[in-house]
Order: sequence, then structure tokens, then C-alpha cells
Amino acid sequence: MAATGGAIKAQPWKDPAARPYVQIDRVCKSFGDFKAVDDVSLKIYKGEIFCLLGASGCGKTTLLRMLGGFETPTSGKIFIDGEDMTGVPPYERPVNMMFQSYALFPHMTVEQNVAFGLKQDRVPKQEIRERVGAMLDLVKLGSFAKRKPQQLSGGQRQRVALARSLVKRPKLLLLDEPLGALDKKLREHTQFELVSIQDTLGVTFVVVTHDQEEAMTLASRIGVMNHGEIVQAGTPSEIYEFPSSKFVADFVGSVNMFEGKLIEDEPEYVRIGSEELGGTIYVSHGISAPPEAVVWAAVRPEKIFMSTAAPEGSDNVVRGAVQDIAYLGDLSIYLVKLPTGKVVRVTQPNTSRHAEAIGWDQQVYLSWDASSPVVVTR
Amino acid sequence: MALPYVWLLLFFVVPFVIVLKISFADVDLAIPPYTPLLEWGAKHALTIKLNFDNYAFLFTDSLYLHAFANSVKVAFISTVFCLLIGYPMAYGIARAAPNVRNVLLLLVILPFWTSLLLRVYAWIGLMKANGVINNILMSLGLIHEPLTMLYTPFAMYVGIVYSYLPFLILPLYSNLEKMDWQLLEAAQDLGCRPWQAFYKITLPLSRNGILAGSMLVFIPATGEFVIPALLGGPNALMIGRVLWDEFFANRAWPVASAVAILMLILLVPFMMWYQSVQARESAGTR
Repeated sequence: MAATGGAIKAQPWKDPAARPYVQIDRVCKSFGDFKAVDDVSLKIYKGEIFCLLGASGCGKTTLLRMLGGFETPTSGKIFIDGEDMTGVPPYERPVNMMFQSYALFPHMTVEQNVAFGLKQDRVPKQEIRERVGAMLDLVKLGSFAKRKPQQLSGGQRQRVALARSLVKRPKLLLLDEPLGALDKKLREHTQFELVSIQDTLGVTFVVVTHDQEEAMTLASRIGVMNHGEIVQAGTPSEIYEFPSSKFVADFVGSVNMFEGKLIEDEPEYVRIGSEELGGTIYVSHGISAPPEAVVWAAVRPEKIFMSTAAPEGSDNVVRGAVQDIAYLGDLSIYLVKLPTGKVVRVTQPNTSRHAEAIGWDQQVYLSWDASSPVVVTR
Repeated sequence: MALPYVWLLLFFVVPFVIVLKISFADVDLAIPPYTPLLEWGAKHALTIKLNFDNYAFLFTDSLYLHAFANSVKVAFISTVFCLLIGYPMAYGIARAAPNVRNVLLLLVILPFWTSLLLRVYAWIGLMKANGVINNILMSLGLIHEPLTMLYTPFAMYVGIVYSYLPFLILPLYSNLEKMDWQLLEAAQDLGCRPWQAFYKITLPLSRNGILAGSMLVFIPATGEFVIPALLGGPNALMIGRVLWDEFFANRAWPVASAVAILMLILLVPFMMWYQSVQARESAGTR
């Protein structure tokens, strides 16, 4: 899972003086009794690829549609480039959207689809021809200009949709599950293509996705959504390494969650007693939680070491039996059953072709560094 | 597999051949009132007498051409009005919430559950001099003497548009219902105002529905007989009426048959067009 960090190298969100390009200010959206978007505030900066990540029904698409002007916020305001977007219809916003279904016009050729927005703006014919041609070259569809959308493959349609939404040179591009309909290989390829196009054109992207891997690859920052709220916003590595809640830790990547109680709470370290684990967890940083509070220690599968010999120390060590092994080529996933009944997920890179094989039902020791667990209180 | 062909043979080809045959015969005082086409002559030879006079006659008396032209005109104007009224209705139904949609569709189909004749008589009751509409307008003081509506072209158009509207709405609805409404959002996103999006996206994409619906109104309306006869008054000269008069009043079966054949020839291109539209529509290409 490579966090490329997108195109943006600076981190404007850390600079309090920086002016956000998109400002979402306490926006709510209700459909009847259902709160689709609940009090969301966000600042998105120029040149960012901001991913809204969440399961289906979490409100991410509704939020995106409000940016595009297809839904009106029930309360709150959206500013784009400092301008209040309340009451501004989609056709007057400096924004273009790439729809999940691509929404290509079936009665027009690829070329006509891409030219549509420019014709609408009464751009001179000569310029339309040049810009459409350049855009089709950029998405490598130059030779498909005269085809109808029905005659294209899924990946080609996706690129037509991208070209059509970029040709008007919007300041802000909204992408709804842009890679959802593509197969895995094509998706990976297109992810990097999207980032490089974004880098070339300097457009700000807001991407909606339910695929955390996609969010990781594309995003400069990710906003994780749940039940209409942004539960955490940060860079991919912040989200992955420092999740602020059980939900985020669990949603982004896979994780082993151990419920426990603080038995030692010092500024430099904490020790957690976990019945689920059947042992103690030592964490080399302090946390803020009331004493005796229930906390969860989250340990990523790749941060767990597995050995047949007992490691030193009594913290962060537990014994179990290998219940299942999944060989994925580059790495293997081991499911290890603890005496308490808890099943721990461990991944190990297959660095050697003839590694010492750990087999089914084998007794192993699991251990991790004191810096590895993330302690969350909710 | 052969059943449809048997059906077509019995109920389409055979009657058609009979009508065709009569159209080439001559009037005769007999039962049926026309001369036979095939005769065994004196020398036991089979003679065929084809009489083209009926067709020639249709072109010499301006009444027939006039009736043909008028039928086409009435059918065309009715189709345009059906479109103007039916398109918004079909569009509204297609965009309604699914549970409302079924109720609206039912309301469109509901009139079919009573006889057409009955519904046309109901219009007479509405439009006659002391009918419902005039009574209401008079009691409201909007008019002082009854409007003459019945037995005018207006009443005939009302009747035809009213009767054929469902035939336009249903195919158009089934076309619009398949429409991906997100295309309209995409068009707006690219700078179209809603009416521009309608004109550039919805309208071209519903072309097949418009054509199919229009043909379903135009083709039968051209030969319409009952509605002009009941609502249109004496001046509503349409080919269906001429056919009726020739057949029953003049007992000129051969001429009536020639009129029928000519009308069929007139409508065949439209039917073929309709067929090709239907084929395109079911193939899913636009």
C-alpha cells in the first residue's frame, strides 16, 4: 500500500495563513428524517487530491453532489474560491464532475462528448478542435474520436468521461468513484495516470471512493466518513498509522483490535491489560484517557512478528496456534488463534523463496514493538 | 411456429385479397353487388376481367383526393397536438416516483376500460349547446350565449386527440423510462441550463419514442371514421367517412374497395417507418 501523497508536496493545511480553495462550513443535508451529511466542515486547498472515503451510504456522494450543485445543503455553506455557492446552479459553478456511471451522451461520438461543454460556452470552433484533440491525446484516445460510447471498453469510457470533465479547465474536479467500474490491473494503472494528469494540469480534485487502497494511492489527504460525519481527516499515513478511532483503524487497512483497561498510565508510556489478548500491552507513548477507562489497542498485521522461539520480555508477547494461511505471492496472511479464542491476523512478506515454513496448527509466538500499537478510546 | 402465419393468412391476407379483388370489379345488381372477376367463357376458357375504372374514377372526382388530403391533414394536426400534450405527460410519468408512476400509468390506460363510442358520446354531452361546459361558463357569467363547439373541426380535434393520446403516451413513456437522468446532470455540469439540457439530450434520445408514438396516432387517425362522424359535423370530410358512404349509402363496393386499397398504399410507408423505428428501439441503439 504505497502512499504516494498525491501531487502536492507542500502541506498547506498545516499553514494557518493559507487560503482554502474549497471551504465547507458546517454543512448538513437531510432527506426527510435521514441525515445524509451531518455538520461537516472541511478545508480543501489548491492542487490537492482530497479523497472522501467511506462505506456506501455514509454521505460521501451527497457531499460531493452538494459541491457540484446537484443537492442543496439543508444548512451550512459551501465556498469555492472564496465565493458563496448557495443558490448557484451547477451550470454556473467553476466545477466539473466525473460521474460514477460516466454519464456519456450515447447519441454523440467521443469527440462530440468532449466538445459538448466547450460548445455550450461558445468557444470558437478552431479552439474547440484543438482543445478536444489535445485532451483526447492526453487520455490516449485520439484514434477513438469518431466512436460512440457504446463501442468503447469500460476503461476507455472512463477516460472519455475524464477528458470531458477536464476539457473546460475547471479549477475543481469532482470524481465520483472514478475507478469503480474498472478491473484491478486497469484500476492501478489509471490511479497513477490520474495523479500525473492532476499534476500536469494543477487542478484540485475531490474524489469519492469506498476503496481505501484507491484513496491511499490517490490522495494528498483523506477524509474518512461515517454516518454523515467526517470522523478523521489527514494524510494517508496519518490515517493509517494514527487512526483516531476504532472505526478508522478498522476501515482503513486491516487491524487487530484488543480491548483492555489501562493498568499503568504514565506520560511516557502506558500498560494495558487485555483479557481478549490474555496478556499485557506496553505502549511507548502516553495517551489521554481517564484511569480505568476501556481502551482499544490496534496493531496492524504487518507490524506483528511471528516466531517459533519465545522472544524476550513479557509485554507485547502472546502465544497461539496457526489456524489458517493464505499465500498471496508477495506476502502471506496467517490467522493465529490465541488461547483466549481471539484470532489474530499477521502478514509476513515472502522475502525468501525457501523461507522456513510455518505450517498449519503450529504453535507460534506473536510479538510487536512498543511503538506499534495505536491506542484509541472510542 | 406456423400458427402466426395461419393467423395472418386467415385474418389479413385473405380479407386483403378479397378487397383487392373487389376493387378491380364492376358494380352489378347482384348479391354481392359486383361482377365476378373470373369467368368461364363460352369456349371453356378462363377470362379475367380487371376493371381499373374504379381507380381512375378516384382521380377524376376531386372529392376523393380532397378527402385523402383532408384525412392526412387532420391526422397530422391531431398528432402534433397529441405530442404537445402527451410529451409532458409521458415525461412527468417517467420522472415520477415509482409508486406514483404506476397510478399515473393506470390513469392513462383507464379510459380503455370503457367503449370508445361511450366516451365520444360523453364529449357530446360536454360540448353541446346546453352541455356541461356551456352551462358552467354561462353560470359563471363568462359568456352570455352558448358557444358552438359540437359539430365543428374543434370538437373533432378534441375527440381525436383525446382518444389517441394514450397511444402516444405509452410508447414515449417506455422510451423515457429507460433514460439515464444522470445525463441531464452531466449536461448541466458542462454548462447547460435545464431547458438546453432537455433540448440537447432528452429530446434526441427520445426520438424513437416520439416517432413510434406519433405513428401510432397518425396511422389510425388517418382512417378514423367514428369520431369525425359523431363530433365533426357535415363538413368533416375524411376518407373513412367516404369509405362508409360508398359502401353503405351508394352500395358501390368496388369504388369503396379502391378507396381502401389506396388508403393502405398511402399508409404503408408510415407503417414501414414505424416498424424500423420499433426495431431500432428494441435493439437499444439510438
